[in-house]
Amino acid sequence: MPQLASLLTITWPLPADASAHGPALDLHLFRNLWIALGLFALAHLLLLIGLLRSRRGNPYGDDRKHLWQIEYLPLTALALLFIFLTVQAERLWAAARYTGADPAALQIEVTGMQFAWYFRYPGVDATFGAIQPQLISAAEGNPLGIDPADSHGHDDFITSELVLPAGREVDLRLHAQDVIHGFAIPEMRLKQNAVPGETVHIHFTPVTPGTYAILCTQLCGTGHYRMNANLSVLTPAAFADWLATHEKVQR
Amino acid sequence: MNTITARKPFLRRYIFSTDHHVIGLQYLILALVAVAIGTTMSLLMRIHLVWPDLILPGHGPILPEDYLALVTLHGTMMLFFVLTTAPQSGFGNLILPAQIGSRTMAFPRLNATSFWLTAIALLTLLSSTLVQGGAAISGWTAYPPLSAVASAGPGQALGMDLWLASIVLFAVASTAASINTLVTIIKLRCDGMTWDRLPLTVWGWFTAALLSILAFSVLLAALVMLFADRHAGTSFFLPAGDLVSGTLHTGGNGSPLLWLQLFWFFGHPEVYIAILPGMGLTSMLLANFSRRRVFAYRTMILTTLLIGFLGILVWGHHMFVAGLNPFAGTAFSISTIAIALPAAAKVLSWLATIWRSRPQLTTPMLFALGFVSLFLTGGLTGPILAQPILDQYLHNTFFVVAHFHLIMAMAGVFGLFAGAYYWFPLLSASSKNPAGRIMSESLGRWHFWGSFLGAYATFLPMHITGLAGEPRHYAQLTGIPGSAAAHLLATGSIPLQKHITYGAIFLASAQMLFLWNLIRSTRRGEYAPENPWQATTLEWHPDLAPFAPPSASNETIAVHHAPCTYGDTSFLTQWSPGDKPE
Repeated sequence: MPQLASLLTITWPLPADASAHGPALDLHLFRNLWIALGLFALAHLLLLIGLLRSRRGNPYGDDRKHLWQIEYLPLTALALLFIFLTVQAERLWAAARYTGADPAALQIEVTGMQFAWYFRYPGVDATFGAIQPQLISAAEGNPLGIDPADSHGHDDFITSELVLPAGREVDLRLHAQDVIHGFAIPEMRLKQNAVPGETVHIHFTPVTPGTYAILCTQLCGTGHYRMNANLSVLTPAAFADWLATHEKVQR
Repeated sequence: MNTITARKPFLRRYIFSTDHHVIGLQYLILALVAVAIGTTMSLLMRIHLVWPDLILPGHGPILPEDYLALVTLHGTMMLFFVLTTAPQSGFGNLILPAQIGSRTMAFPRLNATSFWLTAIALLTLLSSTLVQGGAAISGWTAYPPLSAVASAGPGQALGMDLWLASIVLFAVASTAASINTLVTIIKLRCDGMTWDRLPLTVWGWFTAALLSILAFSVLLAALVMLFADRHAGTSFFLPAGDLVSGTLHTGGNGSPLLWLQLFWFFGHPEVYIAILPGMGLTSMLLANFSRRRVFAYRTMILTTLLIGFLGILVWGHHMFVAGLNPFAGTAFSISTIAIALPAAAKVLSWLATIWRSRPQLTTPMLFALGFVSLFLTGGLTGPILAQPILDQYLHNTFFVVAHFHLIMAMAGVFGLFAGAYYWFPLLSASSKNPAGRIMSESLGRWHFWGSFLGAYATFLPMHITGLAGEPRHYAQLTGIPGSAAAHLLATGSIPLQKHITYGAIFLASAQMLFLWNLIRSTRRGEYAPENPWQATTLEWHPDLAPFAPPSASNETIAVHHAPCTYGDTSFLTQWSPGDKPE
């Protein structure tokens, strides 16, 4: 049976899963896909049999007698099935989105703009500096508009690649500078729109070190298709080195 | 009435007519033009994805902004000018009055006005391709700030204004047409046409009209607000501090999420507006060609209304990952899953109606069966997408594209084809030949199998590329920067793209058979016998046939039965007074 279960999962062409919450999500997705495929086959089988088998009188004399057998009973079964799936799905959704990240989670700010992603780390003071949209100027080296008057911003550093340690929860605060963008990392089973004027928190834990695609999934203009970045998941030791280097440069 | 019409000059008779048959045909012709253009656009998109270096004759290479303009126009054309117009206004005008035993629509002049507004709306939309900067590129959903700021990209200046103007005109026309439909159904039913004897097609039109009035009025408000944001300095959808292409918004503090709420409050009912008439027609055709009454007729009426009612409570499922409160996501998830039950009840009723009936597999019946199959296949992925945790992976991937193309575009179009083949004798009727002509059955069958296999060949593989992570609205899949993204697309979606494009070309080619059949049958199709499908509903009443010479008897039309009353070998029309099948 376990072999069969793994066979069922590998035949669906999802990219490799590299996050802590991913396996439960995948399992639920596969369960859904197989149920949909089963119902698809069952309904088409009934359709074909109904069309091909010869007519022998009227199989249901009185609608009211057969309503239960033909409609209400299958509908009840279907309702129970959907309730089961919804409850399962809601448990996963609640775990992912009803509560925020652990206070000890790594804090990173993600900003989407036409057509790039910027990632801001809060630096050694663990606090993000304030942002003034009037100060935004990529030419002057301040693409996010960090306010120099706020000392919290002095040690903030910005990257164009998201670098994370494996096994530690990360709390992303997403927003967009210009239009709505979609922040998606398929291998992390993660997607959330970045909306101008709003800050949306999402949290997850990357597990497997490697390089993964960050895509834009909300139509944002001509460069939408090339608005992507890399997520680099490092071992905790390599990440500590990387962080130290960037914090030293910033100071 | 017809003798008077016959004396009118050409323009008044065929162009600026207030005769609902003529208006119905005008709507169908408009939809045919729109579907031809919209299909061509989708083929250009498919071909560009597979052969990105192809030079378009007379245009040059397809640039990303061209691709996105094609996406936007394709979606807008198909949804508004084909799937809303043809079933609701086209067949609604041609068939609906007769099905309830009326010789007119309630407001003939309003009816003509609605058509001409729709025609102007289509011309406005098409004209946006000719202006400086090109047509809008923000998709049929037009999310701000992309659509609210003229400098946000190509097509967002005059092109976007024309898009807005076009949809405003369409919304006004659609609301007026829906009021007309509702009043006609409520007021102009003939004697004996009680609510539970109304054909299910009429119930589909009725529910769709109710939804239209609710949904389009909200859309109209949203469009006006967006227009004000663009030109009157308001900030409904623009947050303070929003910086687009160097332009800083310093006005008030609005939110793009407001647009999403308003747009989808319209946008979701819109898909039911498109599909409900097809569901009603399918129910009637399955019964007619199976020589059975519709299984659980009253339940079918109830589920139609229930789908309409739930349809206005589910809009938030488009917003699970848009910045909506996760608790609201749960509520919308439950309402969305709930709508699967009345939909499933319909499928069960369809299966029960044809169960072991040895139906006549004529072309309209084949398309009705195709509707059931495609509705089912597309519908089954609905509950999957209704679960926010799964939507967080599948949202805006090709999985969603596959889902809505199967259930709305393909099932919707199969409903239209079923209607076209079934009602063609009425469409082609004239005063010289009141029974009309019939479309070629053999061509029709080839057309059905080509479309059916083409639909599955095109849209089934899209589920796979979506699961593999291919996002929608990507103007290119090859040659994009970012090693990980390039790898993801290269391993997951690109290998299947060619198959999808071949499928789409095959599907579109099959439609040539329909066009050929339409032209051929209009000119020299077989003459139809009276009531050729042995239908029971009133549109086949000899006195109600479009363009029929005025009846000598001029008797009032009355209804004595529910529709779809069949014995083993005989049938009983709604208008026949006998109490048993003949």
